[in-house]
Amino acid sequence: MTQGIVTVSYIGASILFILALGGLSNQETARRGNLYGVLGMGIALLATVFGIVTSNYGVLLGGILVGGIIGFILAKKVEMTQMPELVAILHSMVGLAAVLVGLANFLEHNTAITGVNRTIHDVETYLGILIGAVTFSGSVIAFGKLSGKIGGKPMLLPGRHWLNLGLLLASIWFGNEFLTQSAAGAGIQPLIWMTVIALLFGIHMVMAIGGADMPVVVSMLNSYSGWAAAATGFMLNNDLLIVVGALVGSSGAILSYIMCRAMNRKFFSVIAGGFGTSGGTVASSTAQTGEVTAVSAEEVAAMLTESKEVMIIPGYGMAVAQAQHTVNEITKALRAKKINVRFGIHPVAGRMPGHMNVLLAEAKVPYDIVFEMDEINADFPDIDVSIVIGANDIVNPSAQDEPNSPIAGMPVLEVWKGKTTIVLKRSMASGYAGVDNPLFYKENTRMLFGDAKSTLDAVLKAITG
Amino acid sequence: MQIGVPKEIYSGEKRVATTPEVTAQLIKLGFTVAVESGAGAAASFSDEAYRSAGAQIINDAKSLWHSSDIILKVRAPQANEIDLIEPKHTLISFIWPAQNPDLMQKLSASKATILAMDSVPRISRAQKMDALSSMANIAGYRAVIEAAQHFGRFFTGQITAAGKIPPAKVLVIGAGVAGLSAIGSARSLGAIVRAFDTRPEVKEQVESMDADFLMLDFKEEGAGTGGYAKVMSPEFIKAEMELFAQQAKEVDIIITTALIPGRPAPELITEDMVKSMKNGSVIVDLAAEQGGNCKLTERDKVVAKHGVSIIGYTDLPSRLATQSSQLYATNLRHLLTDMCPKKDGQVIVNMEDEAIRGATIINQGNITWPPPPPTLSATPKKQESAKPVTHGGHGAPSQPASAASLFMVFGIGALVLLGLGSVAPPEFMSHFTVFVLACFIGYMVIWNVSPSLHTPLMSVTNAISSIIVIGALIQVSSADKWIMYTAGFAIFITSVNIVGGFAVTQRMLQMFRK
Repeated sequence: MTQGIVTVSYIGASILFILALGGLSNQETARRGNLYGVLGMGIALLATVFGIVTSNYGVLLGGILVGGIIGFILAKKVEMTQMPELVAILHSMVGLAAVLVGLANFLEHNTAITGVNRTIHDVETYLGILIGAVTFSGSVIAFGKLSGKIGGKPMLLPGRHWLNLGLLLASIWFGNEFLTQSAAGAGIQPLIWMTVIALLFGIHMVMAIGGADMPVVVSMLNSYSGWAAAATGFMLNNDLLIVVGALVGSSGAILSYIMCRAMNRKFFSVIAGGFGTSGGTVASSTAQTGEVTAVSAEEVAAMLTESKEVMIIPGYGMAVAQAQHTVNEITKALRAKKINVRFGIHPVAGRMPGHMNVLLAEAKVPYDIVFEMDEINADFPDIDVSIVIGANDIVNPSAQDEPNSPIAGMPVLEVWKGKTTIVLKRSMASGYAGVDNPLFYKENTRMLFGDAKSTLDAVLKAITG
Repeated sequence: MQIGVPKEIYSGEKRVATTPEVTAQLIKLGFTVAVESGAGAAASFSDEAYRSAGAQIINDAKSLWHSSDIILKVRAPQANEIDLIEPKHTLISFIWPAQNPDLMQKLSASKATILAMDSVPRISRAQKMDALSSMANIAGYRAVIEAAQHFGRFFTGQITAAGKIPPAKVLVIGAGVAGLSAIGSARSLGAIVRAFDTRPEVKEQVESMDADFLMLDFKEEGAGTGGYAKVMSPEFIKAEMELFAQQAKEVDIIITTALIPGRPAPELITEDMVKSMKNGSVIVDLAAEQGGNCKLTERDKVVAKHGVSIIGYTDLPSRLATQSSQLYATNLRHLLTDMCPKKDGQVIVNMEDEAIRGATIINQGNITWPPPPPTLSATPKKQESAKPVTHGGHGAPSQPASAASLFMVFGIGALVLLGLGSVAPPEFMSHFTVFVLACFIGYMVIWNVSPSLHTPLMSVTNAISSIIVIGALIQVSSADKWIMYTAGFAIFITSVNIVGGFAVTQRMLQMFRK
């Protein structure tokens, strides 16, 4: 196969990848989009294997087969509630691959490149490994946090900003060393040192970020994995890698931006870590007075069946309790009684962009009754009963009327404007932001305590039974 | 613990302190319930209904009192009931401690714990046990019904073949719970309703019930603590009386509900005003128990003076016994629910709990009335401490970038590109072109992605970013074993990613359906 055919295949693959992302603009075309992606990947792989690879097919085939089978099993077995973890660990693999490819490329010691080209090539290698390493270690930590293997609370080392700055300066210094030594044909030592520093930086960065900021972290790592691929593409003079890397990188960046906007937080302050550390007034301004009104599952069922408009607001608690199937059963039972049930999804509900949509889709909730925050926020005054399932900060009125609150200005679902709000919660603990929620003390709020799954099962039983 | 519900022995009292429905709920809290035979008969609850709800029926009041730990009553204990109180008892009923100092002494001598439903503080979270409001609501409704009975005409206006009927005009004085309830009932019968209250903040509530709020051209704040009215200045009262005198000539029915806590009812309707009213008019005096708002009111009677029927019943809730028993029993249940936090049938008199503290007037023989003033008022605060943050649907309003800063950004970007272009070889620049264009395509395409598909977007971008496998494929043919194995391992992990990413995306997308 000639170089020309390989290049043409790469162009085709690039177009297919763009179509794959474009297909995700709505649910009908999304599946076809995914197939375009598969096709693009297939074409790119075949073109490379037949056009460029000349030997060692055994290692190649072995790697693809074993890896593919593992990936397939992972994809089939994963629970939808574990999607954030899966995505995080897959990101880490892209990062690791970028590091490996970068190192392997450097080890080949291509002496043909000299002068400015040498410098540029080395900078590309260096950047590819740097971003890859940060992505790798950051994703591993994110995986640990999301799967509960590492605590969700932000770990804040004293002087962590200085530490980050120090790590940055060190990697620049090692970069300089690397460039000088590489020109002389050596340089592996500074490269390894830099990799270690980048790994530490990734760990430290994600450790300092709290659980509620995880949607931002996951999409940011998504972005990094793209930039790592793009840097590798520059290193290898491969336009396909550059195109795909840029697509993925900008996709992740946009997602991070959307997530930050949904929390009204600056991207930098999320990355700098720790919630509320910049404001310094964490929930001290308003000590909550008053008491909550608890209700039983039967009372909730009665309220639901007597209403006309019901809004369900799912949060991370629903994912933890795996309550999405019960929620769907309740939705079906209520819809059969001619009650209009809708879902309101806050952009940062859950631990990953779109997390709630996936869970509801898994439970076969029809997607045309699932709405975004901006679509339904104005409808709350007409809602008879809103059910908040395991969510806290995204329905916190102090975001709007408490200027000193750490979450002030964050767009929230205005459930308190509805006639009655039922909040399902395990206990009275505050959300990840550590902010007390005045919603719970409002007169038209009822609390249903307990594990979301078992309480909702009881509600369902009371509705249908 | 056993809850005992005796039959009310106060003459004419038809209410009962629990209903069969509430009995079942009390049993769920872990209590056992005993009801005196015939206790609910006057309120249309049969012994059989109580029994099927799980209550035990006891024929004899004495043994009921003796065997029970908690006694639920409506009226304060009468003379021969006081003798039945034992130190183990927790008695919950209306007591009116301010008006009945003798009773308080006798009750305290019994060493029992007494909770007065009339002393439940008026705070938001105690609303569910606010029996005064429940009873006032019923009294307001019943006042209109009593007035209708003694009023010789329709409430609503009609044009009929037999002539035109003007609507009745009703004046409600005091727009508390009873007043508002009366306003609502009179409105729904079709009358023209006007209302007056010394507290201007109730204007909105009155108008929300579709009645006219009569304003005095006089500035004085009438709200006291706890959402009740207070005594007004003489000048205010003079202006007020002028208003009533003028209204008395116009209206057909006056319903007065003006009460100030712990004081005799203010006299608002003088004999002259009654004289000035049309023949056949009706006055319902809901303050009759505290002496009446009308000079001519006689307690518990309907009297006709100067051609006006003046109704002075003090037992209006009892005249709607089924309804009032139901609401009162529910108020009691809510109080017991708060007193029994573990739902184990044991009550705890928690003096730290503001609502229970307020209601508890005698704790094991010690008089604990009056309670410290409530810390929370039902009236809204005068000023909000912080202004609400205004925001649009998209978080902080984003300012469009000014032309100057836009120029700066483009300028710096152009300079950086120029600097790069001046040193970089053409080959790099062609890759760089591809990179920049791809970023823009990504930017355009991703903004169109539906937010509900963000998770599939992440998994699919994850899969395609494994295109980095090509780098590994290029290197795998190297003769160097280290490079080959490194590349092989990279192929392995990216394959996990490619297959895993696409497969899980497909799996997720399969689930999205209408």
